[in-house]
Amino acid sequence: MTKSSFVIANLFRKRTRTILTLLSVIMAFLLFGLLQSVNSIFSAGASFVGATRLVTQARVSFTQPLPLSMLPKLEAVPGVVRVSHSQWFGGVWQENTPLIAFAVDPLRLRDVHAEFVMPDAQWQAFANTRTAMIAGKLAAEKYGWKLGQKIPISSNIYPQKNGSKAWAFDLVGIYDGKDDATKGLASTVYINHDYFDEANLFGKGRTNFFLLKLADGNQAEAISKTIDAMFENSPDETKTQTEKDFNLGFVKQIGDIGLIVRWILFAVFFTLLLVVGNTMAQSVRERVPELAVLKTLGYSDGAVLGFVLAEAFALCLSGGLLGLLLATFAGALVEQGSGGQFRLSPDLKVWLIGVAAIVLMSVAVGLLPALRAQRLKIVDALAGH
Amino acid sequence: MLGQALAITGINIRSIPERWASSLVIVIGLAGVVAVFTALLAMATGFSSTLKATGRNDAVIIMRGGSDAELNSGLDREQTDLIKQAPGIRAGSDGKPLASAEMIVIAELVRKDDVKNGANITLRGVDPAAFALRPQLKIVAGRNFTPGLRELIVGAGVLRQFQGAEIGRVVRMRGSDWVVVGAFESHDAHDSELWTDINVARTTFSRSGSSSILAALDGAEGFDKVKGGLAADPRLNVDVVRELDYFNGQTKQFRQTIGFLAGTVTIIMALGAVFAALNSMYAAVAARGKEIATLRAIGFGGVPVLVSVMIEALLLALVGGILGAVIAYALFNNLSVSTLGQNFTQVVFNFKVTPELVVRGLVIAIVIGMVGGLLPAIRAARMPITTSLREL
Repeated sequence: MTKSSFVIANLFRKRTRTILTLLSVIMAFLLFGLLQSVNSIFSAGASFVGATRLVTQARVSFTQPLPLSMLPKLEAVPGVVRVSHSQWFGGVWQENTPLIAFAVDPLRLRDVHAEFVMPDAQWQAFANTRTAMIAGKLAAEKYGWKLGQKIPISSNIYPQKNGSKAWAFDLVGIYDGKDDATKGLASTVYINHDYFDEANLFGKGRTNFFLLKLADGNQAEAISKTIDAMFENSPDETKTQTEKDFNLGFVKQIGDIGLIVRWILFAVFFTLLLVVGNTMAQSVRERVPELAVLKTLGYSDGAVLGFVLAEAFALCLSGGLLGLLLATFAGALVEQGSGGQFRLSPDLKVWLIGVAAIVLMSVAVGLLPALRAQRLKIVDALAGH
Repeated sequence: MLGQALAITGINIRSIPERWASSLVIVIGLAGVVAVFTALLAMATGFSSTLKATGRNDAVIIMRGGSDAELNSGLDREQTDLIKQAPGIRAGSDGKPLASAEMIVIAELVRKDDVKNGANITLRGVDPAAFALRPQLKIVAGRNFTPGLRELIVGAGVLRQFQGAEIGRVVRMRGSDWVVVGAFESHDAHDSELWTDINVARTTFSRSGSSSILAALDGAEGFDKVKGGLAADPRLNVDVVRELDYFNGQTKQFRQTIGFLAGTVTIIMALGAVFAALNSMYAAVAARGKEIATLRAIGFGGVPVLVSVMIEALLLALVGGILGAVIAYALFNNLSVSTLGQNFTQVVFNFKVTPELVVRGLVIAIVIGMVGGLLPAIRAARMPITTSLREL
């Protein structure tokens, strides 16, 4: 019998107990995988390093529009290659389904959002049709839109000149992300800003934010400072940050959920540690005479310590990996169900943290019983505790 | 038989201290489940009760048709004045209609525990009537703003959660400076807002009308009168909603989201706890194998043994459940947090651990204890007496 098969045989000595313990470990890591994924969304630290896109919004809030006349000034800043602008449309599909919809300049959008791919003819149609709209592949599939259809979309903000909030646009293009990382982003609807600006009842020549494409990521911080300094003390003060920071800001608006998640993780781990730790201790207690026999046969103290630790490790590792695997599947399901809105599936980073947690837990629960096994005196143990 | 069951249960419970480690697993496991469950739902309850407290049944919010939220709505000066004169609006102490034209502007403040990302805060420009319409709102520090000046008063919730709006501080918005001169408390959603004079807000942000109008209803038929009167006017296209319904409607999505989260987390944790409880109870039964066999040999029946094991599991589960509820209460009750509300701005609210939530938590604990105790109890009752007695 090899050493590893000995460990496995020992584990299945009390089949019910091992399976039950394994199941609790699996449940704990399933939860860990899902929650840690949520947590990593909230705690993602953002920085200017390597950022090739900046967002310029009104300093007070992006809901305050900025004048489009700022655009040439922004584009004149050294290091800025191209600028696009987005105006929130407040789009609503059918009765009550909110859409992510922006009024944009088609060709500027194409230049800045290089990660969106769409046939050239569709880009041209978007630019040349006043009532055109394009939709991300995810959105088009979700709502069953086909190219060439007239899509009725109402706005919960902007009435047309005739006072009606029911708009309709021609779907002339469907774009997609150019790789796996950006395919999940193809859920936004874009309409033609020129048409929107002319047809809506209110504000003219305004936009919610500008997206700036930079020549060199290393200049992001300096450029953002230059721009904000340019408009300081004007009626339209700006705040310029990286696109990642801007997006993170949205998530952070949801509030203190990161805190709650950390509390839950803490509760789960504390519970888990106790459950598995207790099982390991119990299993060693019951086997004291056996371990003494092992030592009599010539196994060193270290070897016995190794056996017990290996058992703890095997239990935690198999349970933990299965749990993370389940979390990955469950997360993918949620992601699919929500049309890519909730990215719950554990990524590589969560897996790495999970594996670290598994190792840490094995040591925490295995060490005490293992030390106890190591220190056993053969005579006492054989004599029956 | 009941006497037998009680006798065995007594022995079991007295022997718990000798096996405290495995009993503790059940207690801690259940405490974890109940604490998490209670805390998550306390968050949803707190959010709902804050919004519900904001709305009155005898007042209406009037917005542009199809707007859903004040932020999306906009009425020009003429419409604003027309709406205020609508029939069915109660007269205030000055004889004028008790109606407040209000303008929503979004300001950004930084959370106390953050350094960079601003969160959206509602800046509400109000008519003087706004205070009579919300009698629950009291100035608790400093003074009210002076009409005509760029002065703000700040809600208690904003002070708790965000930095930069303390009394005496200057808040900068769109190139304009605003002095914070006072703080107010209303124990509802307005605690998450900044308030100022609507006319100052109009000139500063170059807008002329309002976002919405809040009006007091004149008697029971007031609602129909206001609605009918405004619908009959071809110059207007507005939605009239009771204030209470408006705020109630905003809680639905949050309650659903949190309910989903609480459900998922609780089910997964409960499964983990069931497995742990099964484990502990099997171990407890196994450890007492000889004892149980002896009892059976001297005439105790199988059912009392089963019942006694069940009672032990339930008791441990209940202790765990109570511990969990206490932990949730101690850590989370009245904890102040904020999240995104309907106007795309922060709503500050407190966790509320209600007796109803505690009872639901305890029910979950008892169900888990029952499931975790049943199989081991059956095993205990069925243990063959002779083999168990011989086991050494």
